[in-house]
Amino acid sequence: MSWGSFGNFLHMGGYALYVWGSYGVAALCIAAELGTLARRWRAAQRRP
Amino acid sequence: MTTESYPLGAQAGSHGNWLMKYAAPQAFFPLAGKMIPWFGTLAALLGAAGLYVGFFVAPTDFQQGEVYRIIFIHVAASWMSMFIYVVMAGWAALGLVLNTRLSGMMASALAPTGAMFTFVALWSGALWGKPTWGTWWVWDARLTSELILLFLYFGFIALTTAIDDPRRADRAGALLAIVGVINIPIIYFSVQWWNTLHQGASVSLTKSPSMATTMLTGMLLMALAAWMYSIAVALWRVRSIILERERDAAWVRELRGQE
Amino acid sequence: MLGGLRSIIARDVRLSMRRRGEVLNYLVFFVIVVTLFPLGVGPEPALLRTMAPGIVWVAALLAAMLSLQRLFAADYADGTLEQMLISAHPVGLIVIGKMVAHWLLSGLPLTLLAPVLGLQFDLPQKALAVLTLSLAIGTPVLSLIGGVGAALTLGVRGGGVLLALLVLPLYVPVLIFGTGSVGAALSGMGAGAQLSLLGAFLAISCVVAPWATSAALRVACD
Repeated sequence: MSWGSFGNFLHMGGYALYVWGSYGVAALCIAAELGTLARRWRAAQRRP
Repeated sequence: MTTESYPLGAQAGSHGNWLMKYAAPQAFFPLAGKMIPWFGTLAALLGAAGLYVGFFVAPTDFQQGEVYRIIFIHVAASWMSMFIYVVMAGWAALGLVLNTRLSGMMASALAPTGAMFTFVALWSGALWGKPTWGTWWVWDARLTSELILLFLYFGFIALTTAIDDPRRADRAGALLAIVGVINIPIIYFSVQWWNTLHQGASVSLTKSPSMATTMLTGMLLMALAAWMYSIAVALWRVRSIILERERDAAWVRELRGQE
Repeated sequence: MLGGLRSIIARDVRLSMRRRGEVLNYLVFFVIVVTLFPLGVGPEPALLRTMAPGIVWVAALLAAMLSLQRLFAADYADGTLEQMLISAHPVGLIVIGKMVAHWLLSGLPLTLLAPVLGLQFDLPQKALAVLTLSLAIGTPVLSLIGGVGAALTLGVRGGGVLLALLVLPLYVPVLIFGTGSVGAALSGMGAGAQLSLLGAFLAISCVVAPWATSAALRVACD
């Protein structure tokens, strides 16, 4: 699969909103989960 | 919380059975700590490989164009969402039968990740549906069951967080997870029935065109990545839960002293 | 053993009849919810006829859910439940007795009232019969599954909303087959398949729900 240019890759054949919307929200969800988990972990370690 | 009330955990050392030994949170805690980096690295590598195959190797779909590339995240997320619920119910059943503390902790450690994947599956499904079916949402059997699965996750999380005594929360959650897992096939079947009865949504996901091998490879890689990610995150969360619950236990104090 | 069951049912019914007002409230709630829909969607008879099964069934789910909170709450609060759990009676029997009593005072009156409400929606006679029959088979399932939720949320803060959150997703199959049977009757097909599936679901619930409820009660009274 050759995209030709980075612009074409981002464009996703006209479906950029749908494709990047899916992957973006997935990435956000994972980041949010890891973030809350890291906070919870630190809090659990600190608590006397 | 004292350890005396949990016969299995207390007897673990004398039994010598390694499985039973690691059923004690105290023994599982360092083991989980050692496993997390491995599963985390695997998840990252598999995810990178899956995304590479999905975006740079797999060809454009001749019917759907580039939008089909949502499949790589969508299928991985929906598989994990169902798989995690079943695993959760398995841990729950184990906890009820063997009365091990760790099982309940594992079940509640898995639930948020399962809910997250369910949400991602629904979201990516909606974004896939709009360009291909012309609508964000159809009352398709799979989509509807997935939505109900999300409600089941919410119910589990709400119940276990509403009960203050962790022991009671674990066992109540375990019962709910088991009742839920018995119900899931019935829900799926009934929604499918309902869907064929009302011919409104005639689009079917099952009629997928024959898939290129590279597409399948990308999908499997992403699914494996999601699996490894779930294990790593669940282990991390279970470590936090162990620390929170056993903060007064001698071994946790000792651990803190070393740091 | 049957004598024990009968005495548990009789006791619960008697206790509830002392507070007749509350039992009546759920019925009034049911009637009001059903009546609100035509006001919301308009009086078009064809539209109402197709929506009727769904409206009546959803209202029945909500009414059953509201009444569930009280299934074990009073006995839990005054310690009777704990006594029952350590008594000679098998816990499953006590649970079944309480669920039957709950159905007699919530599901049964709803079922008897449904044909009258169906008239509001211009349902033909055959559909009215199927609606009543589907409620007669389906409302016991609501009491059974709801009992699990009621036992799990005993004494838990935010119990009412939590109960709804736990139980409503589990009600989905009942809702689908209940409304589906009336829909089939309306469109001239036989409702036999849906009603037998509803019956099958009732059978499964009869096995799983008392077990899960007893276990949940033991957890709550631990």
